[in-house]
Amino acid sequence: MTRTLRTLTALIATLGLLAAACGGSDDAGGSDTKAAFVMVAPVGDAGWNFMHNEGRLAAEAATGVETAFVEAIPEGGAEFDTAVQQFIDDGYTVIFSTSFGYMDATEKFANENPDVVFEHISGFKMNDTNFGNTFGRMYQPRYIAGMAAGAATETNKIGYVAAFPIPEVIRGINAFTLGAQRVNPDVEVEVAWTATWFDPTVEGNTAQALLDAGADVLTMHQDSTATGQAATDAGATFIGYHSDMSSQVDAYLTAPVWDWGDRYADVINAAANGEYTPESWWGGMADGVVDIEIPTSSPVASEMQAVKDQIIAGEFDVFEGEILTQSGDVMVADGEKMDDGSMLGMSDFVAGVIGSTDG
Amino acid sequence: MNEVTVVGLLVDVVAFGLMLYLAALGELIAEKAGVLNLGVEGMMAVGGVAAFWSGTEFGSPVIGLIIAGIAGGLLSLIHALVAVVLGGDQVVSGLALTIFGLGLAAFAGKDYVSLPAVPQFGALPLGPLRELRIIGPVVFNQSWLAWFAVVLGLGTWFVLERTSIGLGLRAVGESAATADTAGRSVVRTRVIAVGVGGILAGFAGAYLTLNLAKGWSEGVTAGRGWIAVALVIFGAWRPGRTAVGALLFGGLLALEPRLQTFGVNISPILVSMLPYVLTIGVLIIFSIQSRRRPSVAPAAIGRAYRREER
Repeated sequence: MTRTLRTLTALIATLGLLAAACGGSDDAGGSDTKAAFVMVAPVGDAGWNFMHNEGRLAAEAATGVETAFVEAIPEGGAEFDTAVQQFIDDGYTVIFSTSFGYMDATEKFANENPDVVFEHISGFKMNDTNFGNTFGRMYQPRYIAGMAAGAATETNKIGYVAAFPIPEVIRGINAFTLGAQRVNPDVEVEVAWTATWFDPTVEGNTAQALLDAGADVLTMHQDSTATGQAATDAGATFIGYHSDMSSQVDAYLTAPVWDWGDRYADVINAAANGEYTPESWWGGMADGVVDIEIPTSSPVASEMQAVKDQIIAGEFDVFEGEILTQSGDVMVADGEKMDDGSMLGMSDFVAGVIGSTDG
Repeated sequence: MNEVTVVGLLVDVVAFGLMLYLAALGELIAEKAGVLNLGVEGMMAVGGVAAFWSGTEFGSPVIGLIIAGIAGGLLSLIHALVAVVLGGDQVVSGLALTIFGLGLAAFAGKDYVSLPAVPQFGALPLGPLRELRIIGPVVFNQSWLAWFAVVLGLGTWFVLERTSIGLGLRAVGESAATADTAGRSVVRTRVIAVGVGGILAGFAGAYLTLNLAKGWSEGVTAGRGWIAVALVIFGAWRPGRTAVGALLFGGLLALEPRLQTFGVNISPILVSMLPYVLTIGVLIIFSIQSRRRPSVAPAAIGRAYRREER
């Protein structure tokens, strides 16, 4: 049913694209590089897709290259193929596919269209010529967000509304917990799974359950602001995710955020100069792809800033031993740092998290 | 698990249950008149976006509710036109209504996604009753729309079982030809029943966006309209039993995220399946029973009525 709906949406989007391309062809001139973005959901959601669109606009401003996007294109459907083929036919030379599930389809297009650069977000596949992937070390600002939460809680209980128990989410929960424990050794982080990326009702309901369980600070790994609404209604503190939610949520303190603009601009410039080399690019705060604003009202603001500077300078790693798992086993030995492979496959909670990774 | 968490759960059980009940009552009325309307999900979505828009625009949840009812009602008239007046297939028309309604709501609401909370339906001024332990927050502190849902349920039972209007409506749903012979306008009765169903689905959408999700976004209904359709079957087309089912299904919706905070490690995905599992179970029981005694479903449900076709 949603599929039919999305087919229609994609059809309309494609027609719109066609119209836009026809209308825009007159004033197109100068550089022949054009960048297109494929998004999995509408860009108006203040979450994942919203930030990709912000990145697109920033990259357009920085490079002067014309960009376009299509939204609400489902993963694993014919709509993706239609949209990407349309972009290629219209002369777009750089295509960003911004959802994990686009990975295989993007690979297929990359191999069939060697003259077009394909950059896939949040996946792991690539080739040697025109297909790379990009992601951000969100766990770094998550750690700093955890510090703000650890200092803000009076009940020593922080609630974490989380979507699915996959490594990306578990990594964020662990980093957040380690940050909270850094400033408050007694703190516990209770996790409740929603089994959905986006369902404001369930998210809000889950947030309320965590508040009832004694949490006075909430954060989330979801795509809506419902957790923030629940925190506001209960007079609790809210740490957001994805974007600055201060204008939507009264209880907002700060948030680890995405900032794709510079990375997009780099890829577009490299493609325009014929210097694009595919890589598995996993950028951190030093690269600007992830960030967090230090809330001046926090009692640990200066320590947060210091940690941020250390991470950016490469002097501190979030997953530096000794770190124990929930069950007391050693996750990272004393003096060691976790490698990227282990981080990308993280499947255990650290000590201090309440909840199960079974979902 | 302590008193706060249990009270929190019960508050959600009642709120979710009565939101489902509004939508299910509407569907029950339409089905009692012999019209299956699978468009509940779409009508709820349209009602939800209409309530969010008008509630914010005019700063009043009452206006939000009225506009949501009008929006849901107008949408249901498409189904009434296709499936009742023109005698089209009720299943196809209803499904189309859901797809169309979800798309229309997503389009109309694209500028309201993730906007801050809007005016909500407040509690009734019940004074000290609201301060009572457990029963205060769980019952007396519920929004007036929740109470309104209960009143509508009682009203629906009374009209269906105790008035000639209800008798006529049930007759149309059991045997349209007989009702027609007796001088009832089958088409008029069915159009009105479908319209009332649409209004109530719109109300449920308003309840959802203003009080439960506290905001509009595409996909906010998330299948809850389908739960309402299942609920009517579960409740054996009776307002009272449907109310019990609504609290049960609402309880499952509310329990889903809370089980984990109680330390019970059952996947929320599994819990979200339970309303449908229960409905299938009840359908099996009904099917076995109907071998021995008449089916509990309205006999003419799903069948278009054309006067010359007997």
